Amino acid sequence: MDLIFCHLYPDLLNLYGDRGNLMILAHRARWRGITARIEARGLGDPLAAGAYDLYFIGGGEDRQQRLAADDLRAGKAAALREAASAGAVVLAVCGGYQLLGHYYRPSEGEDLPGVGLLDLVTEHPGPAAKRLIGNIVIRSPHLGGATLVGFENHGGRTRLGPRASALGHVVVGFGNNGEDRTEGAVEGTVYGTYLHGPLLPKNPRFADHLIETALRRRYGPATLVPLDDALETQAHEAAIVRSGGR
Amino acid sequence: MSESAVRLSAAIGAGRLAAALARALRLGGGTTMPGRVARFLEPAITVRLAARLPHGSVIVTGTNGKTTTSRLISHIFGQAGLVAVHNRAGANLAAGVAAALAQHADLRGRMRGDAGVFEVDEAALPVVHSSVRPRELVLTNLFRDQLDRYGEIDLIAARWRSALRGADASLAVVFNADDPLVAEVGATHPGPRVPFGIDDDSCGLGTVEHAADARYCYRCGIPYDYRTVYFGHMGVYRCPRCGTARPVPAVRATGVVQRGIEGTTFHLESPWGAAGIQTALPGIYNIHNVLAAAACTLQRGIPVEVVARGVATFAPAFGRAERVRVNGSEAILLLAKNPAGFNEVLRTMLRADGGPVALIAINDLTADGRDISWLWDVDFEMLAGRVRRVVVSGIRAEDMALRLKYAGVDPSALEVRKDLAAAFDAARAASGAGPLYVLPTYTAMLQLRAALQRRGVVRGFWDD
Repeated sequence: MDLIFCHLYPDLLNLYGDRGNLMILAHRARWRGITARIEARGLGDPLAAGAYDLYFIGGGEDRQQRLAADDLRAGKAAALREAASAGAVVLAVCGGYQLLGHYYRPSEGEDLPGVGLLDLVTEHPGPAAKRLIGNIVIRSPHLGGATLVGFENHGGRTRLGPRASALGHVVVGFGNNGEDRTEGAVEGTVYGTYLHGPLLPKNPRFADHLIETALRRRYGPATLVPLDDALETQAHEAAIVRSGGR
Repeated sequence: MSESAVRLSAAIGAGRLAAALARALRLGGGTTMPGRVARFLEPAITVRLAARLPHGSVIVTGTNGKTTTSRLISHIFGQAGLVAVHNRAGANLAAGVAAALAQHADLRGRMRGDAGVFEVDEAALPVVHSSVRPRELVLTNLFRDQLDRYGEIDLIAARWRSALRGADASLAVVFNADDPLVAEVGATHPGPRVPFGIDDDSCGLGTVEHAADARYCYRCGIPYDYRTVYFGHMGVYRCPRCGTARPVPAVRATGVVQRGIEGTTFHLESPWGAAGIQTALPGIYNIHNVLAAAACTLQRGIPVEVVARGVATFAPAFGRAERVRVNGSEAILLLAKNPAGFNEVLRTMLRADGGPVALIAINDLTADGRDISWLWDVDFEMLAGRVRRVVVSGIRAEDMALRLKYAGVDPSALEVRKDLAAAFDAARAASGAGPLYVLPTYTAMLQLRAALQRRGVVRGFWDD
């Protein structure tokens, strides 16, 4: 078995250690004897719809995010939509998560249209509003009620439409908007979240869920053999304690 | 005395008393609280005292290298017979600068010191700059660091531009030509500009590192072409579209010879003369620090021989490649606080030692940055198969251990010890007669210093 992962805009959208997520997916696939390859697709690169099993898009600074959004809409959105409807996994974090919605409305200036892969909109409430920053713990019904831990840092407030379900509900932290206790969004095999940087290292269960979902498209239902996750579990538990969640 | 003179006198007295109390009660150096007290009594204390320094002031700011560069400048001033008024590492906001000035003033507001040398937090620059009105502003570099505190490096650059818009025309801006974003900010200054940089392709890495931040042309948004990359996004760059290129450095290093942890030698060239430079400070990043200090002091008129002597006799600052002896063997402290800096520290360690033993201590307190995501931007992969043993410690020890696992470090070479003193002892035991490399974040460094101080191994850093 083999998996090909697509890292979208690794040069532009690489804030907060986002690349760690792909390292985890590739290592954890290889440790199961699955060949895993990561390919980068940047500004102006063509994107073929069926070429990848999983697409990852990270967060960036405002300027970089605008560049990526323009390129995504102009050259890659159609292929990404087609891939997602065929069962490929899309994982988007922080700024990338916002780009998958209908639009991002900054506190000043024009709306930044997204690709509409997730039924959500994001608005920045204004320069005086405080950023939502800190350790975060959520509980996800998509993972049998397991906890996910991470760090969030965003000014935009995201609200989900009826087609998207939350990735989880907030135990500690702010989540999508700091008000409705939802965090992230899931629609089919498309996942978005504000848990940035090392989302997957400390959440190996979510990493394996994504690998299984990616395998299903080409190989049918797959169950991964368990790994020694002692260090992962320790780091997960320590993050919950550090967040004040226990 | 006039009312305003009384207020100044009271502020100085209260600030100095607060500092003395903090020291006597061992409240941790007392580096900022006295400044807050003094500024409460006289908000204009910094403006008034800085204006009385006969040789004016220098401000040093940037993500990395502030402490080393400002200490170097103070030391060179000392060699030139000038007494520097200098704030301490970790006291680099407005209150820390006010505290340093109050500490060097008598109760009538007369300064015991010739020139101010202030390292200033990159985000606090506009406020401190407008009250100190320095003669030179030294801009070292801009890396992503503590993003949860400051937002993004473009935002910091915008604050620097705004500080420069209000600057005196006579201000000399000394800036790093090898950092595209810093060079762009420096170029906006209409007054004297002194770019510095490395002119030696043998220092290049060959590729742009993952930790690179400002690789995109500020105007066009497209990637720069790099002829050479020194580390991170430092190098010799040019925008293929608009032609914006690295400015020609006025003060430059050629013929660089890196001798690992032993330091570096290079040839210094400048409009004010040339000299052979020898420094105990290791790593490419320290060449930039030395160039920054040399550029600042040379353009002030300090002779190049005095500058070279100052650099040669300078001992590393607190935790910046500081070497301490513990029970007959050596520990080398290398502060690691962001991806580009960490990569340089790792490379320096690996150049010096075939199979080093390292202690890595990661905290996530405010001064470290509460978000430790950046550990995944550091190229720890270079340690795989090349370290004898790594002990990880600190509040985020588990995160660090996990990062090393995915970097391919052999689990049998890895040990997690949350308690810093115990981790130090375990690492010391593993390093035997060889040196131990200690790579902590800022607050982990302070905690380790305190632990070693209790054992009588090192002095308190505020006593330096």
